Order: sequence, then C-alpha cells, then structure tokens
Amino acid sequence: MVKVVLWGSLRSATGGLTDVEVDAANTGELLKALVEKYPELESIIEEGVSVAIDGLIYKEAWFTPIKPDSEVVLMPYMKGG
Amino acid sequence: MSKIHVTTSINGDQVEYLCEPHETLLDVLRDRVGLTGAKEGCGSGDCGACSVELDGRLVCSCLVLGAEAEGKEVQTIEGMADGEKLHPLQQKLLEHAALQCGICTPGILVAAKALLEKNPDPTETEVRYWLAGNLCRCTGYDKIIRAVLDAAAEMRGA
Amino acid sequence: MVNEYVESKSDASDVTESKRDFKIVGTRPLRPDGIDKVTGRAMFGADMSAPGMLHGATLRSPHPHARILSIDVSKALALDGVKAVVTSKDFVKQDNSGNQDTLDNLMARDKVLYHGHAVAAVAAVNVDVANSAAKLIKVEYEILPHETDVDAAMLPGAPVLHEGRKFSSVPEGSSPNVSSYWEFGHGDVDEGFAKADIIVERSFKTAATHQGYIEPHACLATMGADGRGELWVCTQGHFMVRELAAAFNGIDASQLRVTASEIGGGFGGKTTVYLEPVAVALARKSGRPVKMVMTRDEVFRATGPTVSSSTDVKIGMTKDGRITAGQAKLRYQGGAYPNITAMLGAMTAFAAYDLDAVQTLAWNVLTNRPKQAAYRAPGAPMAIYTVESVIDEMCQKLDLDPLEVRLLNAARKGTKSSYGPTFDEIGLVATLEAAKAHPHYAAPLGPNQGRGVSCGFWFNFAGNTSVSIAVSPDGTVAVTEGNPDIGGSRASISMMAAEELGIPYDKVRTIVADTNSIGFNDVTDGSRVTFSVGLATIKAARAAIKNMCGRAAMVWGIDPDAVEWKDGAAVPTGHNAGNFPPMTLAEIARDAGKTGGPIAGHFEANADGAGVSFGVHLVDIEVDPETGFTKVLRYTVFQDAGKAIHPAYVEGQMQGGAVQGIGWALNEEYIYGDDGILQNAGFLDYRIPVASDLPMIDAVILEIPNPGHPYGVRGVGETGIVPPLAAVANGVSHAAGVRMAELPMSPPRILAAIDGAKG
Ligand code: FES
Ligand code: FES
Repeated sequence: MVKVVLWGSLRSATGGLTDVEVDAANTGELLKALVEKYPELESIIEEGVSVAIDGLIYKEAWFTPIKPDSEVVLMPYMKGG
Repeated sequence: MSKIHVTTSINGDQVEYLCEPHETLLDVLRDRVGLTGAKEGCGSGDCGACSVELDGRLVCSCLVLGAEAEGKEVQTIEGMADGEKLHPLQQKLLEHAALQCGICTPGILVAAKALLEKNPDPTETEVRYWLAGNLCRCTGYDKIIRAVLDAAAEMRGA
Repeated sequence: MVNEYVESKSDASDVTESKRDFKIVGTRPLRPDGIDKVTGRAMFGADMSAPGMLHGATLRSPHPHARILSIDVSKALALDGVKAVVTSKDFVKQDNSGNQDTLDNLMARDKVLYHGHAVAAVAAVNVDVANSAAKLIKVEYEILPHETDVDAAMLPGAPVLHEGRKFSSVPEGSSPNVSSYWEFGHGDVDEGFAKADIIVERSFKTAATHQGYIEPHACLATMGADGRGELWVCTQGHFMVRELAAAFNGIDASQLRVTASEIGGGFGGKTTVYLEPVAVALARKSGRPVKMVMTRDEVFRATGPTVSSSTDVKIGMTKDGRITAGQAKLRYQGGAYPNITAMLGAMTAFAAYDLDAVQTLAWNVLTNRPKQAAYRAPGAPMAIYTVESVIDEMCQKLDLDPLEVRLLNAARKGTKSSYGPTFDEIGLVATLEAAKAHPHYAAPLGPNQGRGVSCGFWFNFAGNTSVSIAVSPDGTVAVTEGNPDIGGSRASISMMAAEELGIPYDKVRTIVADTNSIGFNDVTDGSRVTFSVGLATIKAARAAIKNMCGRAAMVWGIDPDAVEWKDGAAVPTGHNAGNFPPMTLAEIARDAGKTGGPIAGHFEANADGAGVSFGVHLVDIEVDPETGFTKVLRYTVFQDAGKAIHPAYVEGQMQGGAVQGIGWALNEEYIYGDDGILQNAGFLDYRIPVASDLPMIDAVILEIPNPGHPYGVRGVGETGIVPPLAAVANGVSHAAGVRMAELPMSPPRILAAIDGAKG
C-alpha cells in the first residue's frame, strides 16, 4: 500500500480524508486505484493531475514506479507563465 | 480620395511611393517600402518602437504622415549599419545582451543614435530620460543603458 | 555577478555533474539571432506578407455583458473589397470545456462577457476596408447587468456570467460566479495560532496588470481548399496554436503547418490563441492569405491581463520570530472564464517557509473582464505579496531583522512544502544569506527612505520536448528545437550542445522549427525551456556521440564500448582498448557516408525533474510625503539559477522580472468605471516603467544545482517578478511610515494613507 496525500479541497470526494492509502506500483495504477476507491475523484483526475514522488513532480506519466515507502502527493495540473 | 505621390530619401536612397493622405509614415515604410525594421507597438506615440529620424530629428513614425516625408531624409534602423559593419551602438547592445525579445531594439537604437549625435557624452540620467519614450518590457533597461554609455565612450574614443 | 554556493552541496546526485568544469556553459557569447535583431531584419509576427494577402479586422462588443440576439453581416459582405466574414457559427464546437472557453473567448457565441469581446471578423483587401466593413455588421444585443469587482461578483444577486453551468470542485452554496475552489496546507492552524505570541491579520488588494509585451498579437494564415494550410504567428507555443486552430476549424493538425515568428515578448500572455483560428477561418472562406494584427487597444481590452485579487492573511509568530501558523484566503477574478491562477496562488503563498501549520483557501471568481492569461509566475506574485507584507509588519512590531526572521523560517532541503511535496536541494537559505552579506543591506538610508525585503518562489515546469541534432559533413552542428525563443534560449541551447559535443559555440546553429519539422513540444511556459530543451539537447547530443563513438570503433576495429568521447573527439578508453589518436567530430563527420551514413541524434520525452527557484529582493525607496511620489533608489535581486548557462541572459530575466514587478507595485492597473469599460487601454494611461523611473538593477546569481538536470539548471524566467510587489510595498511602508495594503501604490493612494495616518 502507498500513502497518498491529497490537496485539502479533495476531502469532499473522499469522505473527509486527505491522507489515503491505495495499492499501486506506479503512477498510472495509483490514479486508477484512487478512482476505484473514491469515484468522485474521477472528474478531477480526468481534468489532469500530477503526482509528486519523493519531492519530484511527475507531470502526467503513467509508468513512473512508486516504492511503498515513497512520499506521494497528488497535485493539480499546473500550467502558465 | 486619390493617393499622394511622394518623393523622399530613405537611408540615402531616393524612393517614390503613393500613399493615402491619412497613412502614417510607419505604415508606408512597413507596407509600401518593405522596411519592416520599425515596429508598431502602439500606434499612438507611446512606445517608441517605430522611431526613425526625419531630417536628423527623432520622431515616432506612427505620428508622422507618409506625405510629410516629401523632400525629406528618412533614416531607419535598416540604414544604421554600414554594410557588414555594425554601428557601435548595435555592437554594444549585442555585447551587453541588452535585448531579449528584440522588438524594442530598432527603436532604442535609432533613438540612442539620435542622442549621441546631439550629446556624445551623456550621463546615465540623460540616457535614461532620452530613452524614456522607448518602452522595453523585457530587460528592465539596465543592460540597455550600460550598452549606450559604453558605445558613447567608444565613439568618443575614450 | 555569479556566486558559486558550495556549502549546500551534500550528497551530489549522480545526475547532476555540477562539479564538472564547463568550457562554454557559464560564458557570455553573442546570441545567434542578435545581428538580425539589431539591424531590423528579424521577422516578427506582423512583419510577414504573402502575395494576394487580405487584412482582417475584428468587431468587438461595446457592452460589458449582453446577450447576442442576432448578427447581420449582409451589409459588410456587400461592401466593395470585402472577401469573407466569420462569426462563432463558423467554428467547431469543442468537447473539452477549457477549449470551448478559449473558442468562446475569441469569438463570442451566445453572450458577450466583457467590453471588447470579439463577435465577428472580416477579411478585406486592406485594413481600411476591413475596419469599415466591421462597422457595417449589425449586432442586436440584450444588455445585461455587469460586474468587474472580485468581491462584489461573489455576493448574492451579482450578475451571473455562465447561468446554469456546473463547475466541479465548487462547494455547494457558493456564488454561481465561483468557478473553482482550492485548499492546500498541512498541520493544525488553530493549534499553531494558539502557540503564537502575536498574530497579525490583514486584508490586501492587487489590481489586474497586463503582461505588456511590446509586440501586439499578429499572424498570417493561408488555407487551401484541400484543408492544408500555413500559419505564421508570434506565439509562445506554435504547437499549441496548431492544436487549437485546427480543432476550432475542424481540420487535421498535421495539415496545418505553424511557424513561430520572432516573438516580441510574451511573459505568459502568448500561451493561448486569439486571432489565429479566426485568420485560418477567414483564409479558408476567402481562399486568400489573411493577415491579422491587433491594435494596442485590442491587446489591452481583449487579451489576457492577470487576475486582480482580494486576500486575507493571518500569521502567528513567537517573540523570537518563529512562525507558528499561516493562513491565507485568496479571492481572484480572472475575467469571464475559469482559470487556475487562484490555485497557483494558494500553492505558492507560503512556499518560502518551513511551517508546521499552514492553510490556504482559494476561490476563482468570474467577472465581466477579459479572460485572464498567464503572466510570469501566474498567481504567485499577488499571493506572496500578502504573506511577505504581513511578515514584514510582524518583524517591525517585534523589532526583528527581516532577513534573520526569514532565515529562521526558511524552507530548506527536507521541508514539507506548503503545497505538499518535500523539497530536495533548494537555494532559499543561500539566497537569503547572500542578501544579508551584500553591501546593499548595510547601506545607510536618508530621510523619507525605506528598505524593503521580500522572498519569492516559482515551481518551474518541465514537459513535452523534442530536440534533434544533425552533424553536418563539414563538422558543424544543426540543432532543431520546437520552443519559441523568448529571451535568448537559442544561445543557451547552442551552448549546451557545444559543451556536450566538445566543439566551439560558433560551430552550432540552433533553430526553432515549424510544427511539421520536429516532434511535439509544450508551450514555452513555466520557465521550462532552458531546463527541458536543454536537457533534451544534452541527451540528443549524447545520442549523436554514441553514434560517433561507434563509427570510430568500426574504423579502429575495436569494441564500441572501448571508445569514449573527450573534448570533441572519439578516443580509446585506455591503452588496453588500443593506441589510436583521437578522431575528431569533423573527421568522423567527413567520413560518415563511408561508415554508415548521416550522423544525428534526437531525444523526445515528457521531461520531469524541474527544480524550484527562490529569489530575494532588496529595494530602497524614497517617498515624497507632500505628493506621495515614489522613487526607486536602489534595487538588488538575488536568485538561485541552479546553473546559469548564459549568465547575461539570466541576469536579464532577473532584471526584467524585477522591473515588471516594480510596475505592478507602483503604477500598473486595469481601471474600470461603473460602466464596466476599461478606462486606460493604452500605454499612456496604463503606465509601464520607463527608463527614467529606474536605477540599475543589480543581479546576483546563486548556483545551487538542480539534481534533476545534467548541468543543474533550474528555470529562471519567472521567480523575478514575485518578490518586487512586497519588497516595494515594505520599502514604501517604511519610508512613509504607514502600511500599504493595496496595489498599485500610486501617489494618490500613498498620500491618502499618509494623511489617514496623521488622522
Ligand atoms: S508605434 Fe509609434 S510610438 Fe508606439
Ligand atoms: S527586448 Fe523585449 S521589449 Fe525590449
């Protein structure tokens, strides 16, 4: 299981949680598992999210490996500038 | 409304063109003569990107009518280098990395050249006030001012 | 000036070769596009023409909010010289709501949502005829009430811009003008505030400002009846233009070849489309090339300024300066369509600090103003302004040194950032220490003068990038990339290619290719180019090197693994590999046809690993207490570049960003009347800083390598605009003896604050 930190306003989709746990070995699996567990996250994830693993932001890749003890943070998709 | 026939000199070449009475010198240069070095940033005299010299006087070509160039001498950025040899201001702007996007650069160069023709040894403050009519959004002016002062020094043989 | 900061180098990552002795990186060669730009030859957006070309003009809404009842174009079409007219009906409806918003913004569909919103466009034989024709288009409007203020637009009863539209992620019960809501942070802020010795709570406002690029939007489109077309355009992303212009016109992206002209400034404002899909539509309808160029008035009224904001900040601090909790509530209006700028503000507001408890809440609000566009570190300057202002006030109250307090609380490696992830190597502490040690910080101040300090932060982006490198038979190298050069990037890319290949800088030429000549690239945004394109260039060069080592191995009859690349030549790895003299790039290139054919290398990836960049600014300001007039006396920028490839252009980014921020702090502002019409749509009344307003801007580059880049590069383009807002505000507050809580700090506002303080 990996621990995933969500941004605060996603609480409405997870029944109040911002720290959740899912089974995933890479970023793509992580996003799938999140949607399975919390279907209300689907529209947000479809609009675009990035995943930060151990401090590095991975913009949108599906196959970035995640270790069980990695720090995983779901981030909104950023653009601009 | 019929067009006006104008005979003028641009960068030392005799040029003839027909223009509308309301047409600006900037539009004539860019659209009729094919000299697109002068840029239109505002069309209202506020940005200096269209700077040219008219009989040795620095003007915003967006505020001058094409018809007014009759019998006069127009100097544009295209006439600044001598063949392959850059004017010291052009060289110094390059060396000081005083351009980022470069859209303001032709206007700045024409304006700075006009300054140095009048005042070969300007202070930093004089350069800053002279160029206050030339907007640059990229550089914060620092490197431009340094380049102009450096070029002035070189041209004085200092 | 470049300061090498060595102390913070701990476990040197294997990716970053920051210890490497660079030969070309870090020098200041002339830029490759320089001669064209100082001689007037460089071709910008409006400089291109085509035989038989028509000129386009746009009809724009005279109302800030109205329903379009009908559009009658017959009189315009009947005018001599008019060849085509388009309205929203000529474009293809989009599935993606963001794209549909972009389309509706460039050609209003059912309603006009701001004064200047495009409703129709004309192509005619010249600009005069096109303008006359636009005036002949008859639009019937039902005028609706409007709102341009962020706080007012959130109130019950405010005019609703998008009736009935559902926005995801907006809590029940919000105003229908709230298009998004965001929350970030960690820890328990109530607990944090309970630990504080003092708590300061303040509200701030910042005005909308425009990127103010000197080159107005311009493009030239050609479209054949077979759906094949060409588009010349000044943009930060010609691939983005291709995707959108093709989708809006229902043509295949690969059939529309887009070429990026030289670009006369963008700063984020040219990361979307306005004219381009319209020019393509007009070209298709008329069968002729169509050129469209905006006037400055159109640039101000119809292209994106940044957001205006209204923010409440609350910070708790112990007597000795440790922040116990921080909270910010940010309300941004970004015009008539949804955007994510408030989110970026909420993520960045407290990014400079190592906090146990932090919470930011953000709302984006729709108003009857032009659709905002990204502006250099979008969302961050106005958010960080509020936090840095409150911290400065607390330092003043507690009589603490503002740099010491920032050092005490500074984010560093291992800090959990206010937006979630834990920081790796970052340069904030080094930057603060450089500021503290700089003579500027100790220089004496005169009467009515004040010194302001502020930190700044930007993430920096990476993203999709394609680069290819071709070695020519004469031993020179062509680099092809696909990101428009907005600040000298062709120079830095050539430098990295030359460095990696071990050849002189002037043997490399880098060009920005059109959309059919190189793989896809994201927009030039987020300060991503030197990082991402640089990374791709280095990797493409390594691919070419591998190829060349293989050729040498073949010639020498040894194993390719026994060959390495050194100083621009293949050499055997050691005596055991064989005893051969170095085979230079030029020699290998000359014989390439005999050893297997042309030599090239390419790299395509969705790059990751961008490194965040922190900055600290110091400013001395004098305020005339009689008039409220401000003068910037001295300004110093400290910023972590990771590795400065071309230090002169890094300084240029720092200086340019600082001056844009100074303008934002002191002068620049979108001014609306009650009629909802922008009152200052020109450079005379929207006053950006001019040369005589400013001193020299000293730039001090710090180099704390980004572990995610082979040379340690971080982006540098955006961080520089973040600190000036608070630095200048803090300087003004110290000089004038009153706290300023609204930008811009124009003389009347400062005078009112001084008079108010006198009571
Ligand atoms: S275009 Fe003439 S001054 Fe701006
Ligand atoms: S270099 Fe871009 S406006 Fe001056």
